[in-house]
Amino acid sequence: MTQAREATAARTVTSTPLADGCAVLGRHLQRIKAAPGVLILTQTMPITMLLFFGYVFGSALAMPGQEYRAFLVPGLLAATAANGIMTGMFQSAQDCHRGVMDRFRTLPMSRTAVPLGQTAADLLTTAIGMVPLILVGLAVGWRIEGGPSAALGGFGLLLLFRFATSWLGCWLGLLIRNEEAAGQLGSATFILPLLSSAYIPTDNLPGLLRTVAEWNPISAMAAATRDLFGNAAPSADAAWPAAHPVAGTLAWSAALLVVFVPLAVRRHARGGE
Amino acid sequence: MTTTYAVLSEGLEKRYGDVHALRGLDLAVAEGAVCGVLGPNGAGKTTAVRILTTLTAPDGGSARVAGHDVVREAGAVRAAIGVTGQSASVDDELSGRQNLRLFGRLLGFRGEAVRRHADALLERFELTEAADRPARTYSGGMRRRLDLAAGLLTRPQVLFLDEPSTGLDPHSRNQIWAAVRELAGRGTTVLLTTQYLEEADQLADDIVLIDRGRAAQRGSPAELKARIGSYAEVVVAHASALVPAAAVLDRLTGAEPVLDHERRTVGAVATDTTLTLPRIVRELDAAGVPLIDASLRPPTLDEVFLRLTDRGDGRTSPPLKEATA
Ligand SMILES: Nc1ncnc2c1ncn2[C@@H]1O[C@H](COP(=O)(O)OP(=O)(O)OP(=O)(O)O)[C@@H](O)[C@H]1O
Ligand SMILES: [Mg+2]
Repeated sequence: MTQAREATAARTVTSTPLADGCAVLGRHLQRIKAAPGVLILTQTMPITMLLFFGYVFGSALAMPGQEYRAFLVPGLLAATAANGIMTGMFQSAQDCHRGVMDRFRTLPMSRTAVPLGQTAADLLTTAIGMVPLILVGLAVGWRIEGGPSAALGGFGLLLLFRFATSWLGCWLGLLIRNEEAAGQLGSATFILPLLSSAYIPTDNLPGLLRTVAEWNPISAMAAATRDLFGNAAPSADAAWPAAHPVAGTLAWSAALLVVFVPLAVRRHARGGE
Repeated sequence: MTTTYAVLSEGLEKRYGDVHALRGLDLAVAEGAVCGVLGPNGAGKTTAVRILTTLTAPDGGSARVAGHDVVREAGAVRAAIGVTGQSASVDDELSGRQNLRLFGRLLGFRGEAVRRHADALLERFELTEAADRPARTYSGGMRRRLDLAAGLLTRPQVLFLDEPSTGLDPHSRNQIWAAVRELAGRGTTVLLTTQYLEEADQLADDIVLIDRGRAAQRGSPAELKARIGSYAEVVVAHASALVPAAAVLDRLTGAEPVLDHERRTVGAVATDTTLTLPRIVRELDAAGVPLIDASLRPPTLDEVFLRLTDRGDGRTSPPLKEATA
């Protein structure tokens, strides 16, 4: 164990959230490299939906003055951003379930590092994972019709929203702690964008449903994306977050982060009880 | 010189719903000692280890590890300990090498030191060949060894091992034992739980027997053996002699004899230290028992275990004298 002693001498005493978070981020990237199938599958999903909805429903959905597929692409980007709930939840529940969380929790590392590394990795993979959807979107006729800075803002907002939802998911997973249960609940989250303006305009929905859909953060995200990419202006008579989608999405994201970052960190620090 | 304790717990309580997993567990492990915690399934060993390693908060009582409170100073405790839990705590999708490097980084090793250190541990636990395969493809024993390696990335002040050799072949078990002895030789305090009494006998300076969430007995392996007395066992020529032989042993030892018809043996625990083998032989001979073999030996820890925790064969044992401190 001579090496052990040498190595002990080489240890830095202080562990910082950033260095530890980077180590955890590296772990998640290595996992993706080892088993890229899962990521490819999750990225294929919205493309399949684009082609399916776009060509099957698109012909039946008459939208005045607008091509349905151009309406759908920003909606799918928004739904992808909201998917952080599912992936975050599954990842942290799996880590609890399989015991690696116990290892992290006995190490003298920053308590923020595990959720931070996880959500940062998720952000990175989402940024890359959106590219194929955008390319297919362009191929089926969607265009970025606004200015470049607004478009950049659109991507930034999508990533911010994804980051926020993945913290929420992270917290949920730490609550559930069971891989199968998290998987089940995760597949149930597909309903969330259905109750928003991601796939359909909400103007014609009946009373209560319309209110729910307009207050759904995914509606604000979808409207903000359409706004910033210059595809469609937000409808002025909608609920506040949908009528002011950029501010609304910023507010929703900030609220999610303010609530769920501390909750997830605390939950992680305390373990499962 | 006053003893300093690396692990000290007082009245630890833990409930899981209706299950009272710990009911006032007291533990004291002197610095540099190896303490073996023995107990049947469900005794509370894992619960105790989880509390001491900051994974679970106790419902009552207190514990200090390396001088730090496990609840209020959890960070300082984590900096002082190495842990290998009962169930694997590595990332299945990563390879053994990636796992060790990751944990090494999180322990504060950097750059070349991480790589060298991880490789040395892989070598030591004979995982070099499988080092680059995902851990989910490892056999149970290999995964166990990887988990143990992860617990030994630092030379901890206090090392916790929850059933370290469960599922290991004798060769791997010897490796673990060697690692524990080496660390103990360098001053690391070790608390290990085990179901293998031989393991506690081999490694531990002190043994704590826990039963139903409480320490039932404690002492050195020799003390525990002395406390329970010796084990008298005789072999008779034919089965019909078993009952008369049992009657004699019952009279001599005062303990209820155990009959084994297949092996034609009768055994009984003898707490009377004045009982000798010649006397047993004389008395049996006088009773006309056709004796083939007789022995009076210190009990194995298995026998201690079964007896002191009143488990196994369902018999109740006579009350045991507590060792006077
Ligand atoms: N998370 C939990 N939820 C509910 N009950 C639990 C939990 N953990 C432990 N228990 C219960 O607490 C008791 C003590 O369990 P523990 O795992 O500490 O026993 P053990 O001595 O380690 O047993 P084994 O030798 O089987 O590993 C058991 O009755 C067990 O069912
Ligand atoms: Mg256990």
